[in-house]
Amino acid sequence: MTQVNSGIPSAASNGLCSCHVCRLVSRRSRFSRREHCPRCGATLHFRKPRSIERCWALVIASYILYIPANLLVMMETGSLINYRKDTIVSGVVHLWKTGSWMIAVIVFIASVAIPVLKLFSLTFLLISVQRRSTWRPRQRTRLFRLLEAVGRWSMLDIYVVTLLAALVQLGSLAVVKAGPAAVAFGAVVILTMFATMQFDPRLIWDPLQKEEIHD
Amino acid sequence: MTDTPEKNALDDIPEAVSEPKRRFSIQLVWIIPIVAALIGLSIAVKAYIDRGQVITITFKTGEGLEAGKTKLKYKDVMIGEVKSIAISNDRSHVVVTAEVTKDARGLMVKDTRFWVVRARISGGNVSGLNTLLGGSYIGVEAGTYTEPREDFVGLESPPAVSVDVPGRQFVLHSTEVGSLDTGSPIFFRRMQVGQVVGTELDRDGKGVTVKIFIRSPYDKFIKVNTYFWHASGIDLTLSASGVKVDTESMVSILLGGISFEEPEGKGDAPPAPPNTIFSLYATRDDAAKHAAAVEKFVLVFKESVRGLAVGAPVDLRGVTVGEVTKIDVALNAKGTDFTVPVEIQFYPNHLLPKANGQEKAPETGDRMLRRLLDDMVAHGFRAQIKSASLLTGQLYVALDFVPGTRPAKIDWKADPPRFPTVPGSMEKLQKNLIEIVQRIEKLPLEQIAGDAGTTIRSLDSTLKSADQLLKNMDRNLVPEARSVLIESRQAIDEVKKTLADARQTLGGANGVLAPDAPVQIDLRDTMREVSRAAQSLRVLGDYLEQHPEALIRGKKQEK
Ligand SMILES: [Zn+2]
Repeated sequence: MTQVNSGIPSAASNGLCSCHVCRLVSRRSRFSRREHCPRCGATLHFRKPRSIERCWALVIASYILYIPANLLVMMETGSLINYRKDTIVSGVVHLWKTGSWMIAVIVFIASVAIPVLKLFSLTFLLISVQRRSTWRPRQRTRLFRLLEAVGRWSMLDIYVVTLLAALVQLGSLAVVKAGPAAVAFGAVVILTMFATMQFDPRLIWDPLQKEEIHD
Repeated sequence: MTDTPEKNALDDIPEAVSEPKRRFSIQLVWIIPIVAALIGLSIAVKAYIDRGQVITITFKTGEGLEAGKTKLKYKDVMIGEVKSIAISNDRSHVVVTAEVTKDARGLMVKDTRFWVVRARISGGNVSGLNTLLGGSYIGVEAGTYTEPREDFVGLESPPAVSVDVPGRQFVLHSTEVGSLDTGSPIFFRRMQVGQVVGTELDRDGKGVTVKIFIRSPYDKFIKVNTYFWHASGIDLTLSASGVKVDTESMVSILLGGISFEEPEGKGDAPPAPPNTIFSLYATRDDAAKHAAAVEKFVLVFKESVRGLAVGAPVDLRGVTVGEVTKIDVALNAKGTDFTVPVEIQFYPNHLLPKANGQEKAPETGDRMLRRLLDDMVAHGFRAQIKSASLLTGQLYVALDFVPGTRPAKIDWKADPPRFPTVPGSMEKLQKNLIEIVQRIEKLPLEQIAGDAGTTIRSLDSTLKSADQLLKNMDRNLVPEARSVLIESRQAIDEVKKTLADARQTLGGANGVLAPDAPVQIDLRDTMREVSRAAQSLRVLGDYLEQHPEALIRGKKQEK
C-alpha cells in the first residue's frame, strides 16, 4: 500500500501550504524562512510546528503525573457503614470484590487501560515518526484516529468523582470527596488529549514521500 | 482530473509572505513536563518530610480497625494513621502499628493514652456518632510526662475523664451495679457534676466497685459523711400532698446514674480526700438511714423492762435517733440481783451540734463524737426507759438531760460502750400509784355512810313527832292557829323533801369513795343544815308545848 502512494506528489512537494487559521492555500518558495499567510497574516507551516517536540513534552508530563494519579487517593467515600479512601486501583478492586463487576470493568478501562494505552500509543507513534518508520502507516493512522476519538472518554473517572462529590453531600450521613489523585489524573487526561492534538498524523506518511518537511 | 486545470489552479495560488529568519528559541511546551516533574518531586519530598513517628499500640481486639484507613485523633484532629495490624506473638492481643504525623510527635509520651472510639451509647451520651460515618478511630489523649515512648497499651474503653479536667476521684461500693456504666452521670441537686469512670466486680464477687469522678469545683461537696444512692429508678411516693414522682432525669431512668447528698443540717463535715470509699445505696431513704455512723451502746437497767422489745425506738425529745437491738438479763457478780443490759444503736450524727458560724477545726468524726458524748453525759445526759402508752404498756428508750442525777461517765472500755442510765419514770409512777391505792384503802368509807344513815333516821323520828304535835293541835287549836300550823307543816314537807334529796345524794355518795371528793363535802354541809333545821323545829315544838297560847298571842316578851 505504502509503495502505491509513494510516487504521488503531495501539496508540500509542490510548495503549496494551507493556512492553519483561514485554510487559504498559498505557494511557498523558501522553506527555510518563516512565511505568512497573504490573506490573514498567520504564520504558515507545512506541518504542525514542532509537533514531535511538543507532543513528547506533553507525553512526558503525563507519564510523570500518572504516578501520583495512581498512588494518591482518588476518592474518599464515607457512609454510615464505613469510610474509604480509594486510589484508582483499590477502587476498582473494591468494586470487583463487592460484585459490581460491570462498573469495575468500565472504571478499569476508562481510568487505567485507556490512559495507559494512550500514553503507550503516543510514545509508539512518536518514536516511529522520529525514526521515519515506514511500517504500516495506515494502521498507525487508524491508531491515531482512535486516540483522538477516545480522548475525551477517558475523563470518565473524573466525571464520576465530580458528579458524586456534587450529588452525595448528605452532611454527616455520606460523603464523597475527590482526593488529590483526581487532580493529577485529570491533568494526565488533559495532557494526553493535548499531546494527541499536537501530533501531526501527516508525519506518519512523510517518510513514504521521501520528504523531509520540518516546519 | 487533468494536469492543465491543476496547473492553472496552481498559478492562481497566492505567494506566501516571507519574513527574515529568526533565531531558534526554546519551546515553552517543555515547561509542562518540568512543572509536572516538580509537582511529583514536591509530593515525594512532602511525603518524606511528613513521614511521622511509628508507634505500636496493643489492643485486645482489632474490631473496627483497618490498616491504612483507621485514623488516630487527638481532640478530633487527625494526627496519624494505622499502618498495619498484626496479631501478637502469644495471640492474646493485636498489635497496631501506626504512623503519627510530625506535628504530633510531642504527644507520644510515657502516659499518653489510646483507645478505640466506636459508636457507643452509654452514660447518657451517645458518643462517637461520627465514627458511624468515618469508621472507628483511635482516640489519643496526651500524657503529662515529657519522656518519649513508642510502644503503648491501648485502653479497652474510652477514658471517661480526660486528664486535663480538674476534679477528684472517689470509690463507691455497692451490692450491684444496676444500670451504671462508664460515663453514667452523677448528680448533685439534679445537676450533673461528674460521671462514672469505671465499674468492676470485687475480687470476692460479693459486690461491685464503682469509680466516680467529680469535676472541680463540685468535688468539694463530697464530705466524709456524704452518702450516695442509685438515681436510676423512679421513686413514687404517696403522701398527703398527693403522688410525688421523684427522679433525677430522663437520662438517669434510661441509663442509670448516681446522686449524692450530705446529711441535712448535721454540721459541716470535713471534705473527703480523693479516693475515699463510700457505700452506694439503692435509694435515697436507704442511704439517709444507713449513711449516718452507727454507734452501739449498752444500757444497764435494774428495773423491769417488760414492754420493751427489740426494735423499740431510741427517742430524743420525740425524734427517733436509734433503736433497741438486744435485750438480755444478767445476774450480778454477787448473785444477789439481776440487771437488764439493753443494747441500742443510734445515729450520733443527730447529736452533732450545728456549726452556727463557729467553724471548728475539723476533727475526725469518731473522736469528735466521743468528746461530745462525754461532755453531754457530764451535763446529765442519760438514758431511761419510758412508757410509750399506758394502755399497751409499750416502752421505749429516751435520751435526754436529766437534772439532778449523780455524775456518771460512759464506759468506753466495755464492748459495746456502757452508757449511764437513770431509773425510768415508769418505776416512779408505779410507786406513786401504789401509794394512792393504799391511801384509798385506808379511808373509813362505810362508817361515814353509816353516820349519815343515823342522822337521817333521827331526823325522821323528829319529823314524826312534829307531825303528831300538829295533829293534836288540829284538834285543839283555833282556825287561825291552824293555818299557821299548816304553813309550818308545809315547811316541814319542804324539809322532808330536802331530806329525801339528801338521802338520794347520800346514796350517790355511797358510790363515791374518795373522802375528799366535793360531793362528800357538799353532803356534809347539807347534813349540817338539815340537822340545824331539825333542831329549830324541836325548839319550836317544846315552846309550843309549854306556851300553847303563844300560837294566839305570839311569843311573850322576855323580861
Ligand atoms: Zn490565513
